[in-house]
This record gives sequence, C-alpha cells and structure tokens, in this order.
Amino acid sequence: MKLKQIVKELGLEVVSKVFNLDTDIVDGYASDLLSDVIANAKKDSIWVTLQIHQNIIGVAVLKELAGIIIVNGRKPETETLKKAEQENIAVMVTELPAFEIIGKLYGLLKGLSYSG
Amino acid sequence: MLRAFKADLHIHTSLSPCADEEMFPGKIIEQAKMNNLDIIGICDHNSSENVVATQKIGHKSNIAVIGGIEATSQEEVHILALFDDLQELLSFQEIVYDKLPGFNDEKVFGKQLIINDNDEVTGYNCRLLIGATSLSLQKIVETIYLLGGLSIASHIDRKSFSIIAQLGFIPEELLFDALELSPNYQNQMSSFSEMMINQELYGFPLVTFSDAHFLRDIGKSLTIFFIEEASIKEIKKALSGKDGRKVIT
Repeated sequence: MKLKQIVKELGLEVVSKVFNLDTDIVDGYASDLLSDVIANAKKDSIWVTLQIHQNIIGVAVLKELAGIIIVNGRKPETETLKKAEQENIAVMVTELPAFEIIGKLYGLLKGLSYSG
Repeated sequence: MLRAFKADLHIHTSLSPCADEEMFPGKIIEQAKMNNLDIIGICDHNSSENVVATQKIGHKSNIAVIGGIEATSQEEVHILALFDDLQELLSFQEIVYDKLPGFNDEKVFGKQLIINDNDEVTGYNCRLLIGATSLSLQKIVETIYLLGGLSIASHIDRKSFSIIAQLGFIPEELLFDALELSPNYQNQMSSFSEMMINQELYGFPLVTFSDAHFLRDIGKSLTIFFIEEASIKEIKKALSGKDGRKVIT
C-alpha cells in the first residue's frame, strides 16, 4: 500500500515537506527505544513512536524506513523537521495514542477489517 | 600541586526511590572512606536534597562531596549534572522540579527520604522523582553548560535510560563533558560495548562511576583524575587535558 493512501485512510497529518509519499509500505514497526528500532525494524516499514528527538530521522535514514508516525498529538522538534526535510523522510502526526493508530495501521497493511 | 584523586561521582542516597534505604549520608561517607575515595558525587534522581548534609559530613572526614542531580529528559535519558556552587545546583533543581510532573507512591516506587547531617530522617520528598521531566535532552545539557556545571551522559552501556538505548546514537551537537560507563561494562564486553568504548567514535572523554544504589557498590567503579583540587573546574580541565590535568584511568 502506498504511503499516501495510508495517510488518507488514517487521517494523518504530514508535517515534513517531503515528496516521497509514493513509497510502497510493506510492514510496520512500533518502538520508542531507538536502539531497538536500529536492531529490528525492516526496510520500507512505517515506524510508530512517541519520540520527537531529531535522532528519529537518523534512525529512519539508517534503516531506510518509509516514514515516521508520531503519536498522541506530540509535535516533532524544529530540528527534527529540518533534518526530515533534508533527508526527505515523511514525518506524520496523529492525535491518536499508539495502541489505536497501530491497530488501524495493522488492519490496513494486513488487510484485516476493524471498526471505528 | 597536581595529584591523583580517586573519584566516584555517581552515588544515589535514600532520596532516590530505587536506592536502598540504608543510603544515608553518614554511611555513604564511611563507605567512601573505607574505599579510599577522595571525591564523591551525590546524584539522586531529579533532586539534590541530600547534597548539603552529605557535604557537611564529608567535610569532617576529609572527603570532597560534589553536589549533583541525575536528571531524566523527556526522551527518558539520564544525565548527570554536577556543580561546584550550591546556588547553581539549586537553580538547576528548580528548573527540573518545574518540569517534573506527578507525585511519588512510595508503596510502588520506594521511599524518598530526606536526611540531615546527623543521619536522621527529617522528611520525605513527595515528587515523582522516578519520572521523566518534560525537558528535552538538548535543553538539559544546555542548561547545565550555561550554569557552569559538568554534564555526563549516564551509563551509556546500559539498555535502559541511556542515551544509546533511548536515542540509538549520540547527536554530535550535544555539549557533554563526558560519557559514563557503568561498572558492568568490563564484564560484558560484547561487540556492542566494545563499540561503545571506542572513544574516537564519539569524540567524548569516557569516565566510569559506580551508580551505587547500595552501600556495598560505592567505589565499585571509579575514575582517577590528576588534578590540583577536588572541583568541577579541575575535573573539566582533566577531561579536556588542559594545564597538565588528565584522566588517569
């Protein structure tokens, strides 16, 4: 599924000015420990976290992730957005807590139905 | 005159909810003396309320006590902030308290005892000291720098509350004075920790302290500074290799 379709379906707000919303998303990963994301996330995944520190962009570049969803209405730091735009990493925000957005995302990517 | 000072700058007292309730200032100084330490640092979680009592007792036993706080950033990274001047430390404490939400539940997290220089319990801190502040790592390190303190990233080899675990790597613009390795790093030299202790990788000086939560752990890991007197000013010089000051181990 294309990233732009996920953005639309989940009502995400894309907060970094990027042009790569056509990436095909095959998988997702959820973690707030960046060391864990470095160890375990797979390429072209979408990453769900509450961390807003600029290092999330470094990790996304390193692991060739397709984009980052920041949960719970948290806003990325200015430096984070700057880096995201330099590296062309899509940063999206949602007001939903992690549990809910991950549930919806899983439904979308794995083709399961969900209510609400 | 320059000489070697044995320093363990990361010791908790019974103010930290996770520390042993035996960690009273007088007992800490006794233990430091037994282990021939010259300098200790008192760094409780997000508070410095047992610093003055420990300094008073340390003074009598000829052990230099540097006051500090182990602050928790919003990324849940632990940072040691140590100051020569009590006013600087109190200013830092005020900034931390202002951004530290919640109240402690001692049944869940442990007691937060405030002790005087006679080793008597005089009160309890009711804040959620085990919690995280809403201050960013960047902001904390900057604040320590501006107040003239020493900032050290805590136990970077640990899997919890360390900058490496939480943030994956150390952003180069952070003005840390040093990175701390925990006492365990010698025993578990995985390829990961080998990478960690490669100083050139990060370009920060490395130190090691005990992070003692129990009396028996005080001095378990220490760093020897070749300096003129027990102060942050001198330790900073040693860390940057200025004026003949240096870190010996």
